Amino acid sequence: MERDDYLVEMVNIHKWFSGVCALKGVDFAVRYGEIVGLLGDNGAGKSTLIKILSGFYPPDVGKIIFEGKERAFTSPREARALGIETIYQEAAMVPKMSIMRNIFMGRELSRLKMASLGYLDIARMEEESMKALEGVGLRLRSPHALVEELSGGQRQGVAIARAMYFKSKLVILDEPTNNLSVKESEKVLEFIRELKRQGISSIFISHNLYHVYPVADRIVVLSHGEKIGDYFKEETSVEEITRLMVLP
Amino acid sequence: MQNSPWAFNWRKILLLRETSSLIMLFAVIIVFFSIAPLFLSKENVGVVLEIIPELGIVALGVTMLMITGEFDLSVGSVFAFCPIMMALFMDWGINAVVAVIFALIIGIGLGALNGFITLTFGIPSFITTLGAMLIWRGGVLLITGGWPPPFPVGMSTVALVGRVGILRGSLFWFGVITVLLWFILERTDFGNWMFASGGNQIAARAMGIDVRKVKLANFMICSLLAGFAGIIQSFRLETTLPSMGNGLEMEAIAATVIGGTALSGGVGTLIGTVVGSFLIRMIDNGLIMARAPSYWFRVFIGIATILAVILNTFVRERAKKLRC
Repeated sequence: MERDDYLVEMVNIHKWFSGVCALKGVDFAVRYGEIVGLLGDNGAGKSTLIKILSGFYPPDVGKIIFEGKERAFTSPREARALGIETIYQEAAMVPKMSIMRNIFMGRELSRLKMASLGYLDIARMEEESMKALEGVGLRLRSPHALVEELSGGQRQGVAIARAMYFKSKLVILDEPTNNLSVKESEKVLEFIRELKRQGISSIFISHNLYHVYPVADRIVVLSHGEKIGDYFKEETSVEEITRLMVLP
Repeated sequence: MQNSPWAFNWRKILLLRETSSLIMLFAVIIVFFSIAPLFLSKENVGVVLEIIPELGIVALGVTMLMITGEFDLSVGSVFAFCPIMMALFMDWGINAVVAVIFALIIGIGLGALNGFITLTFGIPSFITTLGAMLIWRGGVLLITGGWPPPFPVGMSTVALVGRVGILRGSLFWFGVITVLLWFILERTDFGNWMFASGGNQIAARAMGIDVRKVKLANFMICSLLAGFAGIIQSFRLETTLPSMGNGLEMEAIAATVIGGTALSGGVGTLIGTVVGSFLIRMIDNGLIMARAPSYWFRVFIGIATILAVILNTFVRERAKKLRC
């Protein structure tokens, strides 16, 4: 594949935390429109890698190339502005707020600005949030329902709809199928497929191969801060990756 | 019955956070009216309406702050501190309007200090403002030495507490502040950030909301309103006392919670707080009208607070089960 095919490339990433090496020279890349499954046991370095990519902290060594340009993020806000949206299960939503207010949280649509107060354009936010939800095939009764009334899968759907609406280029899902029933997990996988259909790249982090395998185009396995596997799905099998993951 | 507009509306009404406090308010009015018919006389309504704004304005600020997930226990002390500073400034010969503005700026400053300490050191605002409550109450006594500065004789108090019939100017200010804050909370992006900061500050921060700024602003609003309400009371009584606003923080929190605002933040309503303030002051006044010993006041407020929260939880749980 050509280099231009990469949306994001992380090269030779190292990260230490008070003397402990969390990442030891990891190369990780995502192509345009690709779904990458990022697998590894707890402590393998998955979340460190993702936090570097989403701007929570900088790498100690290594560089990030996004859309062909080298970038050094200093905050999650900066990464988000470029189109990298990270969805953490607990941190994605405010349960006591309505779906609409959650979708536009921090990026509200306002009709006029006065003294740094924006007058909310509620009619437009209602309309747009229903549109965004339909975009991922989520049919909900009203944009004013509280997020706490939704199922876990539906919440992931709202978060993904939000990412899509704000034209994210890369959506990072941190354990999106954790604590979900089989049926609900299936729904989340469908949302991820929808991202791909719209040409949006995604990274699906999990420690469960069976959740990742059905949707991923490529599977990357981390262990003890190193990349120990990077396969296109068609070149590998569940057995091979399982063997890799249980390796000491 | 499916999709009957009536069934739907009932569910909606029962789900409103203000509903249970409104039910209690009507119950209280009916009970006191049947015991003491003079409770609803024109004169008595006037008396009630002139004491409500002082509690209500403080409670509105407490509600705003509580929605963002923080507390202010120092409002009662600020309620005394600001008018005393105002009287002191006037005693020094500063123009009345300027003195009021200075006093309000001090109010904002005290709120900023609460917020700054809480957010910088990451300690619970309950602790910070408990300390501030003691400090500023002590400050009031230190400054006055127990002898408050005299309230300027013959100063015009029309702007804040002037009378039109049985209504006082303070009721107008209460209304204006309610509408203004309601608009900010429910109709602006800043209001959305407030709910988000109180509801899940990790999510709010992840979405780029400056939680610190939002909370700090509300600490300042809360303290400003406490100071303003204190000045209104000093204008009404034409005196400043070091004991003003003693225990007011508890009444303001009670009014907020009775109105349906959650102690844990992220959920709340200003209209509910207005109803809660009415409820507290009506119980206060109704007991007097019913010739009950005044000691009963605190007992009843305590009962009302607990009852309102139980009722709120109960009614909403029931309403959720009513599928339309």
